Amino acid sequence: MTNDNLSVISLVSIGEHPTSRRPRRAEQDARAIELGIKLVGENLQTLHAGELPDDANQQTALRSYLGMGLAEMNLLEMPAQADAVLVIAEHLKQQNPDVILTGVRAESGESSGMLPYLLAEHLGMAMVTSIADILSVDEANQQAEVLQALPRGQRRKLIVDLPFVASVDMAAAMPRQSAFGPAMRGLLDTAVAGDFADEEASTWQTSNAKKRPKRLKIIKAKTAADRFKAATAKASGGGGKVVHGVEESAQAILDLLVEEGLV
Amino acid sequence: MSSSEFLSQFLFTLITFALLLTLVGAVKRILLWSQGQSSTIHWLGLLQIPRRYLVDLHHVVARDKYMSNTHVATAGGFVLSAILIILLYVFQLKLQILTWTLLGSSLLMFVGSLFVMRRRRNPPPNLSLGKWQRLPKSLMVFSLSFFILTLPATGILPSDTGGWLLAVLLVVGIIWGIGEMFFGMTWGGPMKHAFAGALHLGLHRRQERFGDGQSTGLKAIDLNAKKLGVEKPIDFKWNQLLSFDACVECGRCEKNCPAFAAGQPLNPKKLIQDMVIGMAGGDDAKFAGSPYPGIEVGTHKGGAIIPIVNVLVENETLWSCTTCRACVDACPMMIEHVDAIVDMRRFETMEKGQTPGKGSEILENLSATDNPNGYAPSTRMNWAADQNLTVFGQNVEKQEVTQADVLLWIGDAAFDMRNQRTLRAIIKLLRAAEVNFAVLGDAEFDSGDLARRLGDEATFQRLATSNIRTMNKYQFKTIVTADPHAFHCLKNEYVEFGGHYNVLHHTGFFADLVSQNKLQLDNSKELALTYHDPCYLGRYNGEYDAPRFLLESMGVKIKEMDRSKSTARCCGGGGGAPVTDIPGEQRIPDMRMADVVETNAEIVAVACPQCNLMLEGVVEPRPEVKDIAELMLDALIEGVVENTGEGVVANAVGGEV
Ligand code: SF4
Ligand code: SF4
Repeated sequence: MTNDNLSVISLVSIGEHPTSRRPRRAEQDARAIELGIKLVGENLQTLHAGELPDDANQQTALRSYLGMGLAEMNLLEMPAQADAVLVIAEHLKQQNPDVILTGVRAESGESSGMLPYLLAEHLGMAMVTSIADILSVDEANQQAEVLQALPRGQRRKLIVDLPFVASVDMAAAMPRQSAFGPAMRGLLDTAVAGDFADEEASTWQTSNAKKRPKRLKIIKAKTAADRFKAATAKASGGGGKVVHGVEESAQAILDLLVEEGLV
Repeated sequence: MSSSEFLSQFLFTLITFALLLTLVGAVKRILLWSQGQSSTIHWLGLLQIPRRYLVDLHHVVARDKYMSNTHVATAGGFVLSAILIILLYVFQLKLQILTWTLLGSSLLMFVGSLFVMRRRRNPPPNLSLGKWQRLPKSLMVFSLSFFILTLPATGILPSDTGGWLLAVLLVVGIIWGIGEMFFGMTWGGPMKHAFAGALHLGLHRRQERFGDGQSTGLKAIDLNAKKLGVEKPIDFKWNQLLSFDACVECGRCEKNCPAFAAGQPLNPKKLIQDMVIGMAGGDDAKFAGSPYPGIEVGTHKGGAIIPIVNVLVENETLWSCTTCRACVDACPMMIEHVDAIVDMRRFETMEKGQTPGKGSEILENLSATDNPNGYAPSTRMNWAADQNLTVFGQNVEKQEVTQADVLLWIGDAAFDMRNQRTLRAIIKLLRAAEVNFAVLGDAEFDSGDLARRLGDEATFQRLATSNIRTMNKYQFKTIVTADPHAFHCLKNEYVEFGGHYNVLHHTGFFADLVSQNKLQLDNSKELALTYHDPCYLGRYNGEYDAPRFLLESMGVKIKEMDRSKSTARCCGGGGGAPVTDIPGEQRIPDMRMADVVETNAEIVAVACPQCNLMLEGVVEPRPEVKDIAELMLDALIEGVVENTGEGVVANAVGGEV
């Protein structure tokens, strides 16, 4: 694929290792970069919005994206409580990118997974969730062929009009190794972003997450093959149905509650 | 003019001319080396060349008695002859004593060359052919020509014997001989090894190796450098380039290399020759030794400013190495293969990000969790939940523990169920001997061994400095560890970062305790047992005796394997080889287990968690694999020990970790 004129921007965040909770290269963001490099090679632009990390570990984490072979990364400096969506949207409006890649959700912070949606809304672009690959981009017709990841290894091919925002799923190609030398030598191009206060967040109340009760999976499997299937199967749809009408809906809910022994 | 007068004049011209050409060649060769990066020049080493040649080099050569005698005769004869020839024919010092000595020295050299010839009749596969097959003939022609030439001068034969016919023959012989022995020395002939080898012995990058010394720790690099590791031949230090030129293609390294034997695409001898090709420019078509298994000779070329990997040398060659150091130990020219390999790996990992296999994942885990498998750092001590260990920095009876006699370094065996058994045994033994010890607990990080050998010097340096910072907070006399890799790092590689410790491997520490009778072992058991030397304990640190002493204290008569002590075959577990997992025809641990089986041993004693895993990974039926600490615990004479119920061990091992 040669997409010399295509402009692709990949958004990156500082990830968090699940067991050590240390800052690291976020897994999905790294996959987004891998995909971006596949599309446009070194023309890929990378953007991070956040406080300028003074913590060495955080800097190392951010730089580890550069270690994938990027010469520089744009850093939008903003206060911690500012609204990243607005900051990034403001910046991207001037860039006119064709494709914006993000992870599905951040590994730390709010981690709501809302950023790509809000960004697409602000920029008036299409949004494709959980993609595994971008197969081709037809610049003449301003269209891209995108592979979306569905549960259990299923894929759906979509044709999307440029420009669009896409969140990259774990099913995308593994990111290349980050090399120490280029990571240390890459440039962090810092710009001070406009101050967009996150008005909504300031009204929120936060409390610690509680472990939710989980339904035990009761598996009546006789053979090892059955157990294997049960252990690997992801919850599939199919049990649900679309119900129209108030009466029917209420009845369906009541039936479920009775079935679960709750009423 | 008589034929003898002619010869004398001709020789003057020929030898002077040859010496000039040799000099020109020498300058050219020196210029090649000087393309390398700067490195300390150990001028004083030059004075040591004769001693290093006679003692250190011959110490290695003498492992093959035939060859060492042959070399003494040939090289000694040649050096002496060359000096005399110059005195006699260039400086025209026509002294009878010199003539007689030349007669003797050329005869000595001739005898040597006969033995070289004999070995070359059916050369073993590790020897190179090509120009090396020519060498014995050249040696013979050189020595014989000068012998015959000298005979009339001594008066044994009348002058002008043989007349012009002989004179012509001698001229031909001398041109050939001088061409090979003088001119060839600096113009890339087989005799290059004498010229480069002598300088290399003097200017060696690891001066500490001479005089029975040791220097096995990898050398640190500056992480702020513009380029990390070696990409092109000129990125090596100049004295490394010089060292490559010293190779005599004897193939002792190849014979001992476990990766080569397993059919992985690595041959240390060819690697060194490829470095020479890279430095001087050219292709490998003329290489006349064994190829890298599976890679055809003549398909690669290189140059001083051309990247090495995947042009001159395939990346799989670099990553097949287990860093076992068998090649370095066997090399009579004291060439440092492992340094070169790791230097090139550093570039692959730190500049290109191309560590093969699971390398990338392991390195990322080390960065994020300080252990290679990505376990939560807070679970490092879970294995010892029932051990009631004293942990440095923790409060015991409202007092922070800051000192102990012994710091017990746990290593990553903490996360491995098999090796936790060894750790438990060690703890029981330490308690039996009433040793005052403490551990670092969750504050202990991976030693950095794996990262460093995978070329990630940055991660190594971070781990090393963190560990040093942690240890500097506490007082202890000795560090004891069951892991030879950690042992080597702590003892030899932390020094460059300011960590100076007295480190002992558990076998060394226990050997002291046993000899002081602080531990008593039952020596009545009859075990059919052999011992596998871990590379990082043996070749890296010269510890061959303590493990054997312990086994003998248990009454064991060790059934030694053919390849033991300094020639022990690696288990295949070092240098990140299991991580990069380069395919070959066989697996190295299978080959090592075959060595074990050959001795009819039922147990193979090991002294390293990595050896333990590699050898236990060999399919059954096979001899049992046990760490020496486990064997000691079995043989411990109880009474002194409290609380050694086997049940505790069984529970703990079978339980959740
Ligand atoms: S260190 Fe061991 S594996 Fe590596 S080249 Fe030398 S002998 Fe072969
Ligand atoms: S590197 Fe050393 S051991 Fe190997 S062939 Fe050359 S001289 Fe012999």
